[in-house]
Amino acid sequence: MKPTDITNPEYFHKVVDCQWACPAHTPVPEYIRLIAEKRYTDAYMVNWHSNVFPGILGRTCDRPCEPACRRGRVEEQPVAICRLKRVAADFKEDIKDRLPVVPAEKNGKHIALIGAGPASLTVARDLLPLGYEITLFERDAVSGGAMRTQIPRFRLPIEVLEEELNYILDMGVNSRFGEEITSMKSLLNETYDAVFVGTGAPLGKHLDLPGYSEVQDRIHTGIEWLANVAFEHIQTIGKRVIVLGGGNTAMDCCRTSKRLGGETVTVAVRSGFDEMKASPWEIEDAIAEDIPILNFHVPKRYLVEKGRLVGMEFEKVRKELDENGRRMLVPTGEDPVIIPCDDVICAIGQENSFPWIERDIGIEFDRWELPVLDENTFQSTHEKVFFGGDAALGPDNIITAVAHGHDAALSIHLFCQNQEVTERITPLTSLVSQKMGIHQWSYDNDISNDVRYAVPHAAKEKTLKDINMEVELGFDPELAFGETMRCLNCDVQTVFTDQLCIECDACVDICPTDCISFTDNGTEAELRSRLTAPADNESQDLYISGALQTTRIMAKNEDLCLHCGLCAERCPTNAWDMRKFLYNTAKAVNA
Amino acid sequence: MTYIRKPKFQHPQLETNELGLTRRDYEGTLTTLCGGCGHDSISAAIIQAAAEMSLEPHRIAKLSGIGCSSKIPSYFLGKAHAFNAVHGRMPSVATGANLANKELYYLGISGDGDSASIGLGQFCHIVRRRINMLYIVANNGTYGLTKGQLSATADLGSKTKSGEESLYDNIDLASLAIELGASFVARSFSGDKKQLVPLIQAGLSHKGFAFIDVVSPCVTFNNTDLSTHGYKNTWENNAALSQVDFVPMREEITTSYAEGEEKDITLHDGSVIHLHKIGNNYDPFDKEKAVMHINQHKAEGRIATGLLYINQTTSDLHDLTNTIDRPFNVLGEQELCPGNSTLMEINEAFR
Repeated sequence: MKPTDITNPEYFHKVVDCQWACPAHTPVPEYIRLIAEKRYTDAYMVNWHSNVFPGILGRTCDRPCEPACRRGRVEEQPVAICRLKRVAADFKEDIKDRLPVVPAEKNGKHIALIGAGPASLTVARDLLPLGYEITLFERDAVSGGAMRTQIPRFRLPIEVLEEELNYILDMGVNSRFGEEITSMKSLLNETYDAVFVGTGAPLGKHLDLPGYSEVQDRIHTGIEWLANVAFEHIQTIGKRVIVLGGGNTAMDCCRTSKRLGGETVTVAVRSGFDEMKASPWEIEDAIAEDIPILNFHVPKRYLVEKGRLVGMEFEKVRKELDENGRRMLVPTGEDPVIIPCDDVICAIGQENSFPWIERDIGIEFDRWELPVLDENTFQSTHEKVFFGGDAALGPDNIITAVAHGHDAALSIHLFCQNQEVTERITPLTSLVSQKMGIHQWSYDNDISNDVRYAVPHAAKEKTLKDINMEVELGFDPELAFGETMRCLNCDVQTVFTDQLCIECDACVDICPTDCISFTDNGTEAELRSRLTAPADNESQDLYISGALQTTRIMAKNEDLCLHCGLCAERCPTNAWDMRKFLYNTAKAVNA
Repeated sequence: MTYIRKPKFQHPQLETNELGLTRRDYEGTLTTLCGGCGHDSISAAIIQAAAEMSLEPHRIAKLSGIGCSSKIPSYFLGKAHAFNAVHGRMPSVATGANLANKELYYLGISGDGDSASIGLGQFCHIVRRRINMLYIVANNGTYGLTKGQLSATADLGSKTKSGEESLYDNIDLASLAIELGASFVARSFSGDKKQLVPLIQAGLSHKGFAFIDVVSPCVTFNNTDLSTHGYKNTWENNAALSQVDFVPMREEITTSYAEGEEKDITLHDGSVIHLHKIGNNYDPFDKEKAVMHINQHKAEGRIATGLLYINQTTSDLHDLTNTIDRPFNVLGEQELCPGNSTLMEINEAFR
C-alpha cells in the first residue's frame, strides 16, 4: 500500500465517525468537550454554525452519528450525542450577541425561498449575513415546516421551536407567510435573482382498501393529521385507533392519539419488527406508553357497519426469501385478524408534489417526479432554481435538509457573484498538537468506562394527559458530564512521522485495542489478514507509513482506536503525536 | 512513565485461549519504565507467550533481582506468584523456591548488572546446578537505573551517551551459560517478537535450565549510534540463525518447509520447536560450534540470535539430587520429620 496522504482533509475527517456520518458534518467531539467544560453557550454555537437548529435537533434528530459512533464498536452503546446537543441548548446563555451581523446595506441580490422549513431557513441564515435580500414564502401562516407540523409538541416544545426559528427570521427575512405559490412560471417572471425550493414532501399516502369511500372521514393521512393536530384543528380522536405504518410518523401518530382520547391505540406493521423504519428510541417510547405494535399484519379492508367504521381486517403473513434472496411476505393461512376501531391513521409514507411547477419552463423532473439536480450544487436544470431538503431528493430528515440548505446557499452565492457554481471551496481544517507536557495533553484522554446514561422521562401518568408536555426531561448537568466522559475524542488524531520512528514497539505493546502493527508492506487485503489483530472492518481505513529503517511499515487500523494517546505517551521519539483535527464544511460565508 | 490507566476496552475479536482468557488477562500493572524501553517489549512477549500457551497464571512464579529489568515482573502476569530479591541474589531464591515446589513454572528476570556484575557468581551457580527454569536477562549494556554507566556486557569500543568508551571486552552471558552447562541457550532482541515469543515458549517448556539473553535497548541512556546495544545497531546487525516456531504439545504441526533447511525438536512435554530457514545447516546440539558461532559473529560486529544450543539429555537439580516425586511443599510434618527412631537409624549408618 502507498503511504496514507494525511494532508487530504477527508482522511482524518473519516476517522471522526460521528462527524463523517452527520449530513451537516457537525464537529461533534469538539462540542462534547465544551459541554464537559460546562461551556454550554460555546457548545451551542459550534452546533448552530453547523446544523442551525441545535435545540430542535437535540430532541428530534434521526442521529445518523450514533450508529456510526466508535464507542459502539468497543462496547455496546454509542455516546448519546443527540441528547448532549440538547444539553448545550438547554443550558446555554443568551446567544443573541453571537449571531452574525446582517449588513444594513444590501448587496442588491434578491432571493426567493419557497417553503419555510429547515432547508429554506438554512439558506436564509447563510445568505442574510452576506447582504442578500430574502423573501420567504410559506403556505401556512407560520414558519417551521415539518418541524412544526409533523413533530408533536410532547417531543418538541413550541418555545424551543420558535426560539430557533426566530434567530433566523429576526435577521431580517421578508416573510410572506400564508401565501401559497401556485405558479413557478409567474414567480420566475418577478425580479428574483435566484429561487430556492424547500417545500418538503407534503403529500401523505392513504390506503384505498374496500370500505374506504364509505368511511373516508374516519381515515386520516398521518402527516396531514399531525399538522391538523399541531394547528389545533383536530383536538380529539375516537377511543379505538389503529395506526398503519412502521416509521417515525406512525410512532408520532400513535402517541398523539393516546393524548387526544385514544384509549386503545394499536400500531399495525406489514413487515417484521426488524424492518421497521422508525428509530429504535421512538419505538421504545411508543411501547413505553403501552401501545402494542403488531408486526406481519397486512391491512385488507375497512369494516363498515351502518355507514360507520367499526374495525379493520388484517391478514397475517410471515417473511420468506425468494430465490433471488428478496424478502417476500407470504400469508400464514391463519384466520384474518379483526381489530375494532373508530379511526384509522395511515402513516405509510409521503411523497413529493410539484403541481405548481410548470413542466415547460426548463426545470426537468425524473421518472419519480423529483427534480433533476446536480447532487453537489443542488442546482436544477434551470440555472436560477435550486432545491433542497425533502423537495430535492425525496423524504429524509431535518439534518439532511440543513445540509442541503448549506450547499444550496453556497451555490446561490457563487451563482449570484457570477462564479462557477460547481467550483466548491475546500473545507476549513486545522491539525494542532495537543501535547502540553511530557505526559499532559490538552484533552482528557482518560476515558470513562461508564455505560450509556439514560435520559430521564417525565411520568407517563402526567405526559399522557397533556399533549404539550415534553416527555423527555433531558440530561441534567451532572448526567450530561458523565455522558461526555464517554466520548473517545476521535478528532484528536494519532499522527505518525515515519522519519522519527526507531521501531521500539512501545506503541504496539501499550495499545489497548491492538491497532498498531509494524510489518512488511503488502496489498490492503493481504495486510488486513496479518496485522496484530483482525482488521476486517473494511469501511475503516488503514493508516500506512512510509518505509522504516527495517524496510517494514507502520500500519494502524483506525477501526478500534480509542484515541487514548498512550501510543504517543510511550513513544520515545515523538514519532506519534496527538493532534486535534477540526473540520468545518465551507459555507457561503467562506466563499 | 504515564499517568492514565490503560483503558479496559479491548479488541472485540481478541482470541481467547483454552482457559477462556485473552492476552489482556495476562497483563500486569502499567509500566513505569521510560517509553520505548526494550524491557516493555519483553513484558509484552512474555504476556503473549503465556497467553498462547494457555498457562495458568497461578502456576507461574516470577523472580527478579534489582534494576530496571527486575522491575518488569510487575508489568506482566499480574496474577502469578512473584518474588523481588536482593540485588544479584535472585538465583538463590529461585533455587530455594524450585526445591520447595518443583511443579511451578519458574521465570527469572534479571539484567546485565544483576547477572553479569553483582550477581555473576550466583548466575554461574544456578546454571551449574541446573535449576528447571527459564532465566531471561534483559541486556542493555548499561546501568540505566543509575543513569547510564557502562555495564559488564557493553562491547569493547561501545560508547555511552556521554561518550565514555568501553575499554574491556564484554562478558557474554550466552557463551558463559553454554560453558557452565545450561541445556537451552538462546539470544534474541526485544524488538523482534516473532523470534522472541517462540523462544520464551520453548524455554518455558524445556526441562532444565533455559537461558535467553535478550538485547533490550535502553532508550534513554544507551541508544546512540555509537552504542552496540541501541535499536539501530541491533536492527542492522541482528543475525538470526533460523526462524523459530513453537508448537504446543496439543497442536498438530501443519506448516511444511523445504527439506534440509528445517529441524523439529520435540521437548519433554511433547511440544515442538520448529526451526526453519536454518543457515549453513547449523547444529543446535553442538556446544563447541555454538560458542564458535557466537564468537565469529561478535568478531564481525554481528549479533548471533536464535536458539543457539539445546541439550535434552541433561538432568535437572531434582534428578541429580534424587528427590522424591512429590514436591516438598505438599509433604506433611510426619513425612518431613519422621521422628527420633528414623534419625537414630540415619546416625547409626554413619558410625
